[in-house]
Amino acid sequence: MKLENNNGKQEYWRWLEYRKQMPNMTWKDAKIITAGVDVGSVGSKAVIMLDGEIYAWSVMRTGSNSSDSANKALGWAIEDTGISLKDIHYIVGTGYGRVNVPMANRAITEIACHAKGANYIWGPSVRTVLDVGGQDVKAIRCDDTGKVVSFLMNDKCAAGTGRGMEVIADLLKIPIEEVGKVSLSVAEEPEPVSSTCVVFAKTEAVGLLRKGWTKEKVLAAYIRAMAIRMTELIEKVGCEKDFVITGGQSKNIGLVERVENILGLKRLPVPDLDKSGRDPASAGAIGAALFAKALFEKSQRS
Amino acid sequence: MVVSAGVDMGTQRVKVVIIKDGKIVTQKQNYSGFEPSKVAEQTFNDALKTANISSEEVQHITATGAGVGMVLFANSTISMMGADAKAGTYFFPTAKTVIDIGAEDARAVKCDENGVMIDFVVNARCAAGAGTFIEAMGRALEVELEDIGPLSLKAERASPINASCVIFAESDVVSLIHKEEPKSEIARAIFDAMAERVSSMVHRLGISPDVVLVGGVAKDVGFVDSLKRRLGMEILIPEEPLFAGAVGAALIAARRAQRRQ
Repeated sequence: MKLENNNGKQEYWRWLEYRKQMPNMTWKDAKIITAGVDVGSVGSKAVIMLDGEIYAWSVMRTGSNSSDSANKALGWAIEDTGISLKDIHYIVGTGYGRVNVPMANRAITEIACHAKGANYIWGPSVRTVLDVGGQDVKAIRCDDTGKVVSFLMNDKCAAGTGRGMEVIADLLKIPIEEVGKVSLSVAEEPEPVSSTCVVFAKTEAVGLLRKGWTKEKVLAAYIRAMAIRMTELIEKVGCEKDFVITGGQSKNIGLVERVENILGLKRLPVPDLDKSGRDPASAGAIGAALFAKALFEKSQRS
Repeated sequence: MVVSAGVDMGTQRVKVVIIKDGKIVTQKQNYSGFEPSKVAEQTFNDALKTANISSEEVQHITATGAGVGMVLFANSTISMMGADAKAGTYFFPTAKTVIDIGAEDARAVKCDENGVMIDFVVNARCAAGAGTFIEAMGRALEVELEDIGPLSLKAERASPINASCVIFAESDVVSLIHKEEPKSEIARAIFDAMAERVSSMVHRLGISPDVVLVGGVAKDVGFVDSLKRRLGMEILIPEEPLFAGAVGAALIAARRAQRRQ
């Protein structure tokens, strides 16, 4: 896979956008159509639900303008379905840019949405959710209904976030979708990079390459440091089974395996996307669409 | 007569200062590059040549800085904080707090009237409080490093920006440029954020005037303006703040040379 920008320079950090729709579902029979829009710092996600079941969703890059990104993600999710905005009964906005989701009836914090979404994706046994987004890492404890019990978050620093991973992928010239797999190809796990700050880690990585380390080894050292950092966050909030990982970095198999090894606990497996539509990268938007359904039902009752 | 030298091996540059009877006679600096030990020696020889002093005349050489171990020809070493305290009080005898902002770290040192360090705080874990931040923002803004400071002074306000992290700030700057926010306001946001971090670091130590600012970043008028506003007090800056660490090391070297005599 080769991705190029206008200058013809390959952009290794650039991940692929996607849209999916569940076959064998028709929205015309649905009683309640809701949408959840999660505008993250790096990715914008929109999920359409028919009576609380996932119908269609999109995951795309957040542009420089949050409200544009919200519009685009939602527009793409409903594209070719025949659904128009006025058919949607209730929309909940969430994420970093939640105040800038112009068409939303309400905004709900991403912590609540992620816990709710994880509860939907994996069921009521989920107690600990690790969400690794573009610009933040959250460890969330929740109950069997998907309600947040407690959480911890790092949103001050790129260490351990998807954005930090993008920077290192770009430095090492390894496409972002492949970093996890490549990092696991080392024969022996190296010492983690010692710098917390991504800027310093980048300098450290250059030094390691110069010392003769392979790209794979440097990548493994970086991802190991990332994993150590986020397990500290999980352990601080208290890790209880079942454990799941959401957000874009849930696809980074190198990160997931290392977190599992350090915690000594496996995450619940990722459901088959095409069969179930339960995409851990859009857990926040799924939670938002579920809240939208509950809020719409409440508004009908009163 | 006492002739001594101080060598400050920073994360980016090596600085050399030669002192004769308490007076600075030469100061030289270079990017340390890939062979810092070699560059340190070259810079030292260069300084000797300019001062017209032979290496035998130098009675003691003291090294300091993050890469202190790279200075193979030094007779002794001194901590960066110790060198800061010595230099701060050398330039300004009334100095009680010395703030040193380098390329990759920031520190604040409390000192007594003899230039002896009493206490200190250091930040070397995050690039957002150090000179690297300004360099990264210069690249994102497409403005030369030395022009960012003057540019920021033209702004009346600061752009809203996530400046807690260099990586996040880079993405924010790109978005703000797309939105055609004035570059001057973005620049001011960078310096205000840096000043905020430095100020909270200094307050952890407890701030007592007079405050002296040294290190390469002290030459940046934009940062100095933001820090003054944030601290709400005057800041004393020596003429050549980049060389402060090396000056402190050279002063320590002079004292050590005298003791041996």
